Amino acid sequence: MLTGAELSASIDKLLALRKEIWQAFVDTFIMLGISTTVAIVIGGLFGVFLFLSSDRQFLQNKTLYGVLGAITNFMRAFPFVILMIAMSPFTKAIVGTGIGPIAASLVLAIAGSFYFARLVEQNLREVPRGIIEATESMGARPFTIIKVLLNEARSGLVLSVTILCISLLSFSAAAGMIGGGGLGDLAIRYGYYRYQTEVMVFIVVMLSIMVIGIQASGNWIAMRLDKR
Amino acid sequence: MSDMIVLNDVTKSFLSDRSIKDKDGKPHWFTAVEPTSLTVQQGEIFGLMGYSGAGKSTLLRLINLLERPDSGQVIVDGTDLTTLSASDLRIARHNIGMIFQQFNLMSNRTVFDNVAFNLTVAGYPSADIHKRVMDCLEIVDLIDRAGHYPAQLSGGQKQRVGIARAIAPSPKVLLADEPTSALDPATTRSLLTCLRDINEQLGVTIVIVTHEMSVIRRLCDRAALLHQGQLLEVADIRDGLIQATTTIGKGLVHED
Repeated sequence: MLTGAELSASIDKLLALRKEIWQAFVDTFIMLGISTTVAIVIGGLFGVFLFLSSDRQFLQNKTLYGVLGAITNFMRAFPFVILMIAMSPFTKAIVGTGIGPIAASLVLAIAGSFYFARLVEQNLREVPRGIIEATESMGARPFTIIKVLLNEARSGLVLSVTILCISLLSFSAAAGMIGGGGLGDLAIRYGYYRYQTEVMVFIVVMLSIMVIGIQASGNWIAMRLDKR
Repeated sequence: MSDMIVLNDVTKSFLSDRSIKDKDGKPHWFTAVEPTSLTVQQGEIFGLMGYSGAGKSTLLRLINLLERPDSGQVIVDGTDLTTLSASDLRIARHNIGMIFQQFNLMSNRTVFDNVAFNLTVAGYPSADIHKRVMDCLEIVDLIDRAGHYPAQLSGGQKQRVGIARAIAPSPKVLLADEPTSALDPATTRSLLTCLRDINEQLGVTIVIVTHEMSVIRRLCDRAALLHQGQLLEVADIRDGLIQATTTIGKGLVHED
């Protein structure tokens, strides 16, 4: 058990690190914000085309579906750490540096995009085919049909965004390897390398609270949106 | 009376499951509709009747090109739909409403929005949409359900939303694919009355697919009897007696 003296010593250590901890929070939010937003847009588009090019959909095209599917599988096969290293020339070219939270965001966004693409495809597949047919029978444009699909799948899509966000939060811990910063990085540097267990515990608790918060909000929004 | 729908020698076949092969080892093509010609008059209620697998739903779906025929013409209101470009076909479809066995309503939109959606798609002036939706909901007696979601409705109510949605852009043709098959007998009766009223008051030509002889008897002016993709005969039902001449036709007619 912790004695009162040990506890107050731990709190002192944490307070001494408050600047670093604050910076880690900021970095984590930057990485999460940028990567989730980009992944939703790119992954969303990719997922819609994956779905529409699949069998019996209106852009049905075996070659297109094969190519999109292969790209998705290939990108998803990369362990995140390897992807980060492999992409470093690319991130340097785009953001000017291979390290830091912005560079890490880019890698997170790519990894997240292909992950999210599959989730979107799967969600759209759950929309009853009859609804697409009814919309086609009205003479709706392809773009309108896509809007209907997304609207019918919206609660599942929100839950997928929730999963995406939590996965990216956990991926972002590995981003410390390229100086990405963030909470995960801090936990490894102080908690593991410097044996400051209280830092490790504090950050794990913070990450847990964030995961719980993201999941709970996702569930709540999805429930509100679901009229099925 | 003019011809509203003319099918000229339409055919449709589908590629079977991979496991079924022809003798030469090639994939088997299953013929859903053998060469079929038929004409539906303007203002008529026309039935497509047959056992499961007779090709009646496929034939119906050829009329708005949800299925494109392998050969033949599909002429609706004087236009051969098979010759139209994608965008002209979309415009032609605003003139052909459709209702479905499983209703196919958008579950995340209210009753009002489901009906309004079709009007928006059909390019209806947005200022008039509210009034038109309410008029259509009045026709199917669902004014008080406008703000509900489909999940909050009974099967019969869902189908009436389907009807209101289909007739909202004032189409000349209404296609009904087994519209009562998911409903109980009492609900079926009231739905058939609703379809009959729409036909009489709005002059909409209705083509209805069903396997229930009672539906044909109550609702249709004429009906095509189909069997294994072939049109056996077209029976006139207006005199209250259904005269079938072919053996299978007689079997269909005297089923219940």
